[in-house]
Amino acid sequence: MIHTEELLPEVREVERIIVRFAGDSGDGMQLTGDRFTSASALFGNDLATLPEFPAEIRAPAGTLAGVSAFQVHISDHDITTPGDAPNVLVTMNPAAMMAELPRLESGGTIIVNTDAFNERNLAKAGYEANPLEDGSLDGYSVITAPMTDLTKQVCKDLGVKPRDAERSKNFFALGLVSWLFSRPTDPSLHWIREKFAGRDAVIAANEAAFKAGHAFGETAELSASRLAVRPARFEPGTYTNINGNTALSWGLVAASQKAGIPIFLGSYPITPASDILHELAKHKNFGVRTLQAEDEIAAIGAALGASYGGHLGVTTTSGPGLALKGETLGLAVSLELPLVVIDIQRGGPSTGLPTKTEAADLLMAHYGRHGEAPLPIVSANSPSDCFRAAYEAVRIAVRYRTPVILLSDGYLANGTEPWRLPSVEDLPDISVDFASVANALNEDGEEVFWPYIRNDDLARPWAVPGTEGLMHRIGGIEKEDGTGNISYDPENHGRMVAIRDERIKKVADSYPPTVVEGDAEADVVIVGWGSTWGAITSAMGRMRRAGRKVARVHLTNLCPLPNDLGGILRQYDHVIVPEMNLGQLSKILRAEYLVDAKSICKVEGQPFTAAELHHKFQETTQ
Amino acid sequence: MTDAGVTTKKDWTSDQEVRWCPGCGDYSILTAMQLLMPELGTRREDTVFVSGIGCAARFPYYMNTYGLHAIHGRSPAIATGLAMARRDLDVWVVGGDGDMLSIGGNHLIHALRRNVDLTILLFNNQIYGLTKGQYSPTSEVGKVTKSTPMGSLDTPFNPISVALGAEASFVARTHDMDRAHMQEIFRRAHDHRGAAIVEVYQNCNVFNDGAFAALTKKDARAEMLIPLEHGKPVRFGPDGERGVILDDGVARIVSVAEVGVDALHVHDETAADLSVAFALSRLADDRESPTPIGVYCAVDRLEYGGGIDAQIAAAQADRGPGDLEELLHSLPTWEVT
Repeated sequence: MIHTEELLPEVREVERIIVRFAGDSGDGMQLTGDRFTSASALFGNDLATLPEFPAEIRAPAGTLAGVSAFQVHISDHDITTPGDAPNVLVTMNPAAMMAELPRLESGGTIIVNTDAFNERNLAKAGYEANPLEDGSLDGYSVITAPMTDLTKQVCKDLGVKPRDAERSKNFFALGLVSWLFSRPTDPSLHWIREKFAGRDAVIAANEAAFKAGHAFGETAELSASRLAVRPARFEPGTYTNINGNTALSWGLVAASQKAGIPIFLGSYPITPASDILHELAKHKNFGVRTLQAEDEIAAIGAALGASYGGHLGVTTTSGPGLALKGETLGLAVSLELPLVVIDIQRGGPSTGLPTKTEAADLLMAHYGRHGEAPLPIVSANSPSDCFRAAYEAVRIAVRYRTPVILLSDGYLANGTEPWRLPSVEDLPDISVDFASVANALNEDGEEVFWPYIRNDDLARPWAVPGTEGLMHRIGGIEKEDGTGNISYDPENHGRMVAIRDERIKKVADSYPPTVVEGDAEADVVIVGWGSTWGAITSAMGRMRRAGRKVARVHLTNLCPLPNDLGGILRQYDHVIVPEMNLGQLSKILRAEYLVDAKSICKVEGQPFTAAELHHKFQETTQ
Repeated sequence: MTDAGVTTKKDWTSDQEVRWCPGCGDYSILTAMQLLMPELGTRREDTVFVSGIGCAARFPYYMNTYGLHAIHGRSPAIATGLAMARRDLDVWVVGGDGDMLSIGGNHLIHALRRNVDLTILLFNNQIYGLTKGQYSPTSEVGKVTKSTPMGSLDTPFNPISVALGAEASFVARTHDMDRAHMQEIFRRAHDHRGAAIVEVYQNCNVFNDGAFAALTKKDARAEMLIPLEHGKPVRFGPDGERGVILDDGVARIVSVAEVGVDALHVHDETAADLSVAFALSRLADDRESPTPIGVYCAVDRLEYGGGIDAQIAAAQADRGPGDLEELLHSLPTWEVT
């Protein structure tokens, strides 16, 4: 039961609001945004978030490089993206104003911490004149508050030192914004007390700052700006607000429980994947073993070693790490052992944009190994969908005895949305059968175990050490079909290459029919994958409301592609593929199906906005 | 676990034809291992040999146990995952000097410092055999090979020093000409809890023949091999006439007659401070000087997989076994009706 404030008469109700918090990376903007989001989630809004922060831990204070921002889109109806242009921009310093103002909708609201707009900070941000004074903000609705000073004042009586008090100014901003948008205050106050338990001075300062911000809104004649977003209508159920990396971690835990084998995670820290290592390391009571390995290669090697021993081997990384894992992936393909490899994609090549999103590792996932080394690829659509995607990756890995690559990205990893909790009982059965008995007769008619005898799925037996009578030797050298002994025979190699290929193709036989959404009589189909799901959904909604007939397919199994996909695509005059790369999926669709797939590309470290996608759809389908 | 039962060398020998060059030192190491196994009291199905790439790395194919012939240099990492996941297994890692100290050097040192329960056999022949004769990270300076026609410039690794520098808890050296010594050292390494590494001087009769002959041929051993025996003064020579003293932390070879037996260093393989073991490893910097063999150190410290299992047990005792419903509800939730 969530207690909420009654809406006051002067509050104007709106369907949705996009708020962007921006400040120096030391200003606590991620925390402020996160708290505002949580209060909104508990209030029952639908929401989507987009945290954006610099790669540096502490970029020089007050500079454009150090600006950290958090965008949240809250709504009373179903939304799928963190929104395009913010309606409200909270700026804690001039650099944030300089960097973020261009995003704000025209006529939008700006909330400013005036204390930070001194000469030095203005100069660091590149302002020649103070934008608060030179009329450049005319046309915007500007709310100014001396947040730093007011926070210091309320903290003074509490005996908090001015420098410590200054750190609480983000809670002043949170209080003010909570008042403006009629957020319940209890969750934030409760959170402050829990988070800083045992540090009474910090609790007191943060609470005082939060309440001062709230009171500032109430008393400073800001009522004209006050807005409210009613709770959204959700399907009945229990909800939680979750980000992609957490959902993915839980999906792995769920799959491990259902498969009946413990997780072994080998991982080397890398942005934006490290949080999965952190999350799984917390869940040792599920029998989870985590190894922070010496490097990316050891991380996947240890995971593969654990898989060989009958555990659920998992490794997590981002693009540069996946490049390093290529050789071991080839071994896993050859050994035909289950292994889940998670790539939280980021801007590349090389170090690229570590904290920004991109989806340009699809071709590496497909082809980034020497030799003919096919493996299944799964992707996630939204933060909460990472749970399903992780479960699906494990399902395929254990059933088909194959490494599987799961592609998520930086936007999904850190973005959040409300998630209706799945029923544990209804999760599909993915239990594992280990080999226990001999499966062949040798020349002398004796029962023996051959590791490369296959079942109907063409999967080989998973015979783990410790099993009596099944001792066998396997490795990366080509194996004789059936016995698994070393074989350099040319025909055998050709046969094994074909079998490995066929085995991966057979994974598609286990997919449900592909879902085509939209208009039955459409002449255009939008084919997407990964985190573009939300922006495509919104953009497509705009097209259909404007009377354009359009259909869409969002792929979650990227290799092998669904058996029915070619037939579906050929029904349309236009096949449009929006991607956060230079057209990697469209290249594959063209090669596989000879359809004239057209790319819409964006490789700027930012997700598509619904507006730009809508615009591009119109251009492309004219 | 059922009784290991009585087995013989034949039970531990796979049906695969051994394909090392005739005369290779690997044969005698394989025989030593196959003869030793029945004495260890372990079961074949609980035994795994993991290897990388190289001549030595073919070893798993010839043992009738579980075997994983992986990729170049990665065997310590792969074996780490296996040994952490399955502490009920005996995990052996076999590789050469190129595999373990060059491409896989990073994995080796980290497996050693973590003290994962592995028995690592490093076959050191000071040459690349499988790629047909390039110098290796243990080749002597000036080595003329196909890739170093004017002699190699690289200072070699001393594998014992590397292992000690990597905080290994068990470090030993043996050689392929003495089956009894190999078996004794392999047994000790096997019985050690944690990461054990054994450097085996191994002859490559095709590309580096006689590399260790000055040390290991029968009539040279007494003069050239310094046996390390726990609790005993370190001395050698046909009549024990030479010995080792520690002189301000540096190990030196002396005449026993000159210094007296009481001045000799008494070997303590259990010393937690590895600096003396390190000093012993620096006694010889070429293959023509007397060299210690045997167990340099055997220190008892936390075995990694056991540490992980203890954390899992503590988490389960504290929070109960994992409950999926509880996990899904662990962040703030709200009901929609």
